[in-house]
Amino acid sequence: MSNRSLEIAVGLFVTLGVIALLVLAVKVSGLSQFSFYENNYALTADFENIGGLKPRAKVSIGGVHVGRVKSIELNQQAVNQGLLFSARVQLLIDDHVKLPQDTQADILTAGLLGDNYIGLSPGFSEQLLSPDGHIAIENTNSAIVLEELISKFTSTKASGF
Amino acid sequence: MSTLIHYLGRVGLNGLQNTGASALFLMRSLVGKPKFFKNARLLCQQMYYVGIFSLLIIVISGLFIGMVLGLQGYTILVQFGASQALGQLVALSLVRELGPVVTGLLFAGRAGSALTAEIGLMKATEQLASMEMLGVDPLRRIIAPRFWAGQISMPILALIFSAVAIYGGYMVGVQWLGVDSGAFWGNMQNAVSFKEDVVNGIIKSMVFGTLVTWIAIYQGYCCAPTSEGIARATTRTVVYGSLAILSIDFFLTAVMFGGVQ
Repeated sequence: MSNRSLEIAVGLFVTLGVIALLVLAVKVSGLSQFSFYENNYALTADFENIGGLKPRAKVSIGGVHVGRVKSIELNQQAVNQGLLFSARVQLLIDDHVKLPQDTQADILTAGLLGDNYIGLSPGFSEQLLSPDGHIAIENTNSAIVLEELISKFTSTKASGF
Repeated sequence: MSTLIHYLGRVGLNGLQNTGASALFLMRSLVGKPKFFKNARLLCQQMYYVGIFSLLIIVISGLFIGMVLGLQGYTILVQFGASQALGQLVALSLVRELGPVVTGLLFAGRAGSALTAEIGLMKATEQLASMEMLGVDPLRRIIAPRFWAGQISMPILALIFSAVAIYGGYMVGVQWLGVDSGAFWGNMQNAVSFKEDVVNGIIKSMVFGTLVTWIAIYQGYCCAPTSEGIARATTRTVVYGSLAILSIDFFLTAVMFGGVQ
């Protein structure tokens, strides 16, 4: 085998590897979707209970994908001699989506056993949420935790109401 | 009793000595003044033998493993009404585990054994010794290009394996069994993250490539220069290589995906 055709073969081999990497990046891990979120702004929202919400969960309006959950942390506030605990969720929202200030955020479940995601329902306010804006705990609905529902149901059954 | 302890001690010392010798061997063959243009030709030649000759077995076994995953995954998932999650199952198991591990095992059997046999025969026919007489360092001329060729080829082969196998899973799952094509790719793209899954898979395959090639060239270089010695060294390459891959894989998985902090 001459040196030239050997080098061509090795070149083809390396090219094949690069093509495989591109397939894995774009087709399998959907990397091209990330560019969509490069132009985004951050919002925070407080929830009483986030259930099984995880970072990178999707954020949608009316089922349309508009962003992702960036991080989740515990938020402690001192409220008249007591402490108020809530879950503070940071959201990254696509720049094209402008939200009114009275937007409501709910934690929903995809299907019966699916992942949790955040559904936003825009309100009617004329003022928009600015970047780094905040959705207060009054405007959010917690995740529905199946165990709590069942225990509520069984306790109301037992008390006869 | 004392013979048992004597035996244990000898085995332990031998093991330590072999590990140290192989590390020194690798260091001596890789560390030194690089002669880039001269070595690039040797490297190219070795990549042809190590990489391209393994391509056929990698592609065919990748295709079939992907097809089996698609079929098995479908028959189990469909019982839970979750056949939509087939893409996720196939892609995650391939990119994270099966891609690097199976490629590593095949690579040890196909390329590792060939490397050991080649270097062992060079030693048995005293080609290595005569090279030293001519003033050419066999470690730099014979060993180093083979090591780098294996180290570079293995991640490429693993990537090709994963891509082909996912296509195999797609063929069986979508085109034969009728899973919805949009759900197959959509769930896959939601579940697989490039940084965590694909990149960790590539890191794994690099580690396996280093291990297998290192074992192969060391066994070849240190085998007894007889036909029996070469046969034994070749067997040892495949056995040690496979065991090393499977055990290191567990630790890598635990660190990468197992939540070990």
